[in-house]
This record gives sequence, C-alpha cells and structure tokens, in this order.
Amino acid sequence: MASSTSSVITLHINGEKFTLPVDHRTTLLDALRERLTLTGTKKGCDQGQCGACTVLLDGRRTVSCLQLAVAAEGREITTIEGVAEGDRLHPVQRAFLELDGYQCGYCTPGQICSAIGALREHAEGLPSAVTDDIRPEAGPPPLTEEEIRERMSGNLCRCGAYVAIVEAVARAAADGGRTGAATGSEEVVA
Amino acid sequence: MREFDYRRATDVAGAVALLGADPDTRYLGGGTNLVDLMKTGVERPARLVDIRELPLDRIEPAPDGGLRIGATVTNADLAAHPEVRRRYPALAQAVLAGASGQLRNMATVGGNLLQRTRCGYFADVTRPCNKRIPGSGCPAVEGEHHNHAILGASEHCVAVHPSDMAVPLAAFDAVVHYETADGPGELPLADFYPPVGETPHLETSLPAGALITGVVLPPAPVAARSRYRKVRERASYAFAIGSLAAALDIRDGAVHEARLALGAVASRPWRARTAEEVLTGAPAAPETYAAAAEAELAAARPLPHNGYKVTLMRNLVVAVLTELAEEAAR
Repeated sequence: MASSTSSVITLHINGEKFTLPVDHRTTLLDALRERLTLTGTKKGCDQGQCGACTVLLDGRRTVSCLQLAVAAEGREITTIEGVAEGDRLHPVQRAFLELDGYQCGYCTPGQICSAIGALREHAEGLPSAVTDDIRPEAGPPPLTEEEIRERMSGNLCRCGAYVAIVEAVARAAADGGRTGAATGSEEVVA
Repeated sequence: MREFDYRRATDVAGAVALLGADPDTRYLGGGTNLVDLMKTGVERPARLVDIRELPLDRIEPAPDGGLRIGATVTNADLAAHPEVRRRYPALAQAVLAGASGQLRNMATVGGNLLQRTRCGYFADVTRPCNKRIPGSGCPAVEGEHHNHAILGASEHCVAVHPSDMAVPLAAFDAVVHYETADGPGELPLADFYPPVGETPHLETSLPAGALITGVVLPPAPVAARSRYRKVRERASYAFAIGSLAAALDIRDGAVHEARLALGAVASRPWRARTAEEVLTGAPAAPETYAAAAEAELAAARPLPHNGYKVTLMRNLVVAVLTELAEEAAR
C-alpha cells in the first residue's frame, strides 16, 4: 500500500474554505496559527491541559492542540475570529469585556470559545460532575458558580482572573449566551 | 514526531483491513491520548487509521434489555444519554468526572478503554519502563509512586489504569465487542485487562489488529441506584488517586445485591468481588460496609509512599455505601 506523510486538505473555518497542503503531523492549532494566520487561537501547554487553544468543531468545544488538522477536514471549525457577527460581539465576548474577565488576555480566546461551548452543553441539558440530580427528568441544573467552575475547569488562567471569568460566563448565560451559543455567530446583540 | 501515513476508514471491515496486523499502525479516535503520546515519542506509529466516521456512534437498546454503546460515541454523548443517566447513573457520573469539557467532546468510548497509564516514568522516554521497553526496569517501585497501585501489581510494573469510565463498566459486567480480519469477537471487561505479572507491556487481551466496535452493558436493575465517587488532588480536571463505582440494592434491612469496583488502585479497574460477597445477605449497616472494604483490601500490597490509598479506599467504600443506603431509605 502506497503511503504518504502529507495531504492537501480543505478546512472549513468561520464560514470560509481554506485549501492547503499539510504534513500529517500538523495539529489544527499549528495550521490555524502558522499556516492560516488565524493567531487568535493561542498555544499554551500544547498537551491538552490548559484550554488556551480551544475552538469549536461542529459547534463542540475542542482543544485544537490534540486535533490533527488532516482529521479536521470536513468539519465546521469556529475560532475566536468567527464568533462575532461583524462588529456585533457574541454575548460571551461582550460579558468578558464588560466584566474584565481576564488580565493579560492570553487565555481569553480559549476561555470564550470554551464558555460558548459550555453554555450550549448546559442548554442541551448535559449534567456536570457537580450536578446533584443527573436524571434526565431533573432537567438542566441551575448555572451556579460551582457549576460554571466545574464546566470551565479545562481552561486555566495563570493570572487568576477566575472570579471575573465566572461572573462573565454567568452574565452571558443570563443575557442569552445560550441562544447565541446554540446558533453559532448568528446571535444579534442589541 | 515520526512522520506517518493517514487513512480515513468509512466502514468497520475497511478499517480492520487497513490496519491489518501491522504493529506500526494505530486506530485514531478522538486522539486525546494518542496524539499527546505521539508528541512525546511514547507512540511512534507509521500509519493512522482514522475511525471517527465509522457508524459506531450510537447508543441503542441491546437485544437482552441492556444497552449497546458504540465505540466512537464520545464521552460527552455517553454522559448525556437519558438511558445511561437513568439506568446506570454511576457510568454517567464517572464520565463527567473525567478530563475536561473539551476532552470529553473529543474522547471516545473505545479509546477510553485503551488509554495508557499516566505513570510519569511511562510518559518520559528518557527513563526505563517495562511497559514501553520490556525488561528495562521500573523506576516507580523505588521512585515516585504516591499514585501507583496497591492491588494486583508486580515488581515489574506498579502503574494504575487511569480511566474513570472503565470503573463502573467493570462493576456492571460490561462486555467489549471487537472486529478482526477473522470475524467478530467479545471479551468481558473482567478479562479485557490481563494481570500485570511479568508482561506489563501486554495491556489488553484484544487480538492483534482488533478494532473495538462497542461495549454492551447487560441489564442490571441494581445499577439504577449507583454512584461514582472520585477522590483527586484538586476539585476538577485531575486523575483519580482513588475512586469507587458502587451499586446497592437493600431489601428488608439486608443487602440483596451489591456491585463495587475500585479505580486508580490497580493496572485495571478493580472489581471488588470479595467485598461483594461479604455484603450480600449481610445487614445494611456501616459495620458491614467496613468489613466488606477490609476484606477486599486485605490483598493490598502498598508501596512506601501510597499506603494512604488503603485507608482512603476503605473510607470511600463505607461513605458511598452509607449514602446509597440512606438514599434508598428516603
């Protein structure tokens, strides 16, 4: 069987198509940053432990450092560059801005993409490790601080801006971030 | 990272044929463990066969009334499934207790069963490790082993299996189904992970080239009252230092049926059959739970720096069984 260590792939990112040759070893993170100049997605640990590289794959939050670019072909990729609708910020972005949900800002794109995914998961009824009653009949648990902290535990902030991050996620949820998350970048912000 | 060929499989037979029995080829599921290990050089495959598009992503009723979980179902979808949450709650809780939201969206059931130990010596290619290089030695026995095995280990390897999901699967008698070039097969989870002995590099009993196609949970009414409790060194997003999947059915003040499996204490999820035997028919009381835990842990052989796990697991068993009994009484 003939083998090849590279392929020409087409990635669907933020509603656009990008065709590029990639060495199979290329992660989605490196393809975004080094090949497509989409540098909003950050490289932190490169081991799936910090969440800085979080993007949405078919609407689900994913760490792009453990996702091979070649294996992402055919999937809808949304990065931090694609969550706003033109100048209208996503409700999660707006909440992070209003509440200073960051200090240095390096982890922020990952935090925002992760929060969008987390709010969608919550709206769909997914319980978490701190949910008392996980029976489907119980419905989604209230989005308490404890729930937000557990659901966002895959995103580290070395500045320790967690208090404001939790507040921002809570406000985005209250402001309809859930709707925005469920429909990608189509949420209209008044 | 070594360069590699990449193929995308569209059906099970094609995936199995692509892999053949080539020891240099790996199936790629979510990749959360494999890609990480490829970056550090622990894994050096020459070809990946991507199985994410195989039609194995469903959770369906099994003919015997149980549940069949496809191999490419993600952790997130497994934990979200209404029947899992209703009938096997400890399984949903275990999956939710593992990794992060991002990783649960990527990781798959088949890959979860096959994930590798998080022993630091296994992960460090500059150090000896009998799992990575058979016969090279095990630095953990006299080194850093505070989170290593207290049950079923050998002088050749004291690493623990890191999966949360596999712990309730062991308690609920799950059966792993697989496909090979010679046809399908199945392995009860109890036989899936062989004893460590002198061969810690042989981590599963799967035939060479086998592709896990799914996991079948037999019907287990006792599992409807079950719980998974995980103890770790921080509140979230960390591997267990000890965990327990437990199910309890109490009738007329006595234990009618109990299921127990311990996590992060052995090279495999540790089904606590000795404890179950002590529990069955005995009064549903904390003294019974303590006696059951102590009977199971009599076989523990802790290392100098992980003796705390014996106490931790004893207390965990008593606490969780007490909670389940209180819940049943409400």
